[in-house]
Amino acid sequence: MWTWFHRLASPPFFFRLAERWAPWLGVAALVLLAWGWIGGLVFAPPDYQQKDAFRIIYVHVPAAAVSLSLYTLMALAGAVAVIWRMKLAECVLVATAPVGASMTVVALVTGMLWGKPMWGTYWVWDARLTSELVLLFLYLGVIGLYRAFDDPRAGARACALLAIVGVVNVPIVKYSVEWWNSLHQGSTIMKLGKPSIALEMAIPLYAAVAGTLLFCGYAILRRVQNELLWRERGTQWVRELRVGEPGR
Amino acid sequence: MTRLLIQALCIRRGDRVLVPTLDLAVTSGELLHVRGANGSGKTTLLEMLAGLRPAEGIRREPEDMPLHWIGHRNALASHLSPIENLQFWCGVNGVDAAGVVPALERMRLPPAARRRPVRMLSAGQKRRSALARLLLVQRPLWLLDEPLDGLDRDGIAILGELLSAHVRAGGLVVMTSHQALPANLPSVREIELARGMM
Amino acid sequence: MRAVQALLSRELRLALRAKTDWLMPPFFLLVVVTLFGLGGKAHDPALSVYAPAILWVASLLAALLTLERLFRPDYEDGTLEQLCLAPGPLYALVLAKFIAHWLLTGLPLVMLAAPLAVGLGLSGTAVPTLVAGLALGTPCLSALGGFVAALTVGLPRTGLLLPVLVLPLIVPVVIFGAGAVRAAQEGLDAQAPLYFLAAILVLSLSLVPGVASAALRNAFD
Repeated sequence: MWTWFHRLASPPFFFRLAERWAPWLGVAALVLLAWGWIGGLVFAPPDYQQKDAFRIIYVHVPAAAVSLSLYTLMALAGAVAVIWRMKLAECVLVATAPVGASMTVVALVTGMLWGKPMWGTYWVWDARLTSELVLLFLYLGVIGLYRAFDDPRAGARACALLAIVGVVNVPIVKYSVEWWNSLHQGSTIMKLGKPSIALEMAIPLYAAVAGTLLFCGYAILRRVQNELLWRERGTQWVRELRVGEPGR
Repeated sequence: MTRLLIQALCIRRGDRVLVPTLDLAVTSGELLHVRGANGSGKTTLLEMLAGLRPAEGIRREPEDMPLHWIGHRNALASHLSPIENLQFWCGVNGVDAAGVVPALERMRLPPAARRRPVRMLSAGQKRRSALARLLLVQRPLWLLDEPLDGLDRDGIAILGELLSAHVRAGGLVVMTSHQALPANLPSVREIELARGMM
Repeated sequence: MRAVQALLSRELRLALRAKTDWLMPPFFLLVVVTLFGLGGKAHDPALSVYAPAILWVASLLAALLTLERLFRPDYEDGTLEQLCLAPGPLYALVLAKFIAHWLLTGLPLVMLAAPLAVGLGLSGTAVPTLVAGLALGTPCLSALGGFVAALTVGLPRTGLLLPVLVLPLIVPVVIFGAGAVRAAQEGLDAQAPLYFLAAILVLSLSLVPGVASAALRNAFD
């Protein structure tokens, strides 16, 4: 177990592993997203209250769910980077931030578009939208901080510390905003027992969530590969990789 | 036996490797003069030895050997006088502050300059005040980054006396300097850091 | 403990020598509140509704002004190296820096808040809540802001970065702080948010100095 962990941490090993796995992830993400979106946008019955407007949840819910889990992933990678000084974890952290930020933006924009027919306005200061906005700031902070550093290692470590403090902050923000104001509908999918959403609606939604998750995994893997290549550009294994390129 | 062992140390700044691997041992009673062009990694090496930068391949024997670090920056707040600065240093390091005035005296800093804000002192006077830390408490390992910077001939002579006394008493010194070291120092060893050196 | 004491007295002495540094935040607060008063209508009752938000945001911004200078001079003159190499734990020294920052910026704001709140038309019953909230909230600011200052101390320019990094971290403090005043204004229970502020304060004072000292060590890389 530990030796495998150590091998995983070695940049060339991980690079090759990612090279093998990324295409599969991409294909699986595509299939699941197609299933979820076609099923949700075309075949699922319209909501009895919200009519067709509800269909935006097939984009909004996956993006919102993923945006939060990616932040947690980032903080975990950050903890590993700080404690074991592992280069790979630094790359994962740095690669995750822009993906998570984009997902947050998607969740915010679709949430606002959804808000227009539902609440009659694009923006309400409700608990979940507001915490999503704060999450976006946290992501932007990480990205901005990383870019401000010349040295990628020091930058990644600073980002790791910020992500760790941020992940403690997120639930506090969530709670404080809820205390401050609650207007949004209750959570609809994660209730155990009796789901309050029809099965024909729910299955494409799960597919879309899984598809978005896999897509983000794909994007992060590719970004980690890029980051590794850039960081290790002087080393032997990257040079060997370039020798193997066609046309060289 | 107090020693400083450097084994297969890789000196890097960020992702740039300055010296791929360095092997070195400094034993008690020795002064190591690190030389090299600008940007060859002298300061980085000293920071690694001090523990300011993470590094693998540095061993101090004994493990908890106390050290003096005088960086190229003097660590003197410009609004405080040398006496106040050194008293603060004593407080942080748990050292008796009674030694401050004698130490400055030994560095031949004029009494008026001791009470003036540091920003009104000359470069050499600031350097003397910073180096006075070496006298506040006995520590076996001295890490000095360009200690001669800004010192006049008299200042260099004083530092020379301090260095020889320290080395004769079995201390260790690792220092960088572009200038020639003060004359008559015992057991000086020089190394030259150069790009790609093995 | 002696090290903490030495650092505290040094910070206070330095502040005495450079008075503009710590006179600026309260003055800034005064200016912002005055401008809010003048920017609105004369005798506008709405001003008292926004008084909690105005006072909280203005104190926040005022505290932000000085954060950049919390570790930077020490980094530039090399004192930070000596602090990192000092025999005691670095987080204790970082905590001392936070305490000094609060004494020099947070405390004057807390003391100024009551008269300014009355000036903005805040009802008498809400003023103690405001002051209590600020007394609990401004130390959190010093700690969280100090952490961010430690993160960015090695950078040549921080400019916009500092506020962008600090703002999301202090959202809960603002919400509970201003919310407590609002609750008090409306005759609701203001104790719960104050307890939350106290919890956040305990959390930031116990966790943040450790993380901030890691950030300071990182500045030498």
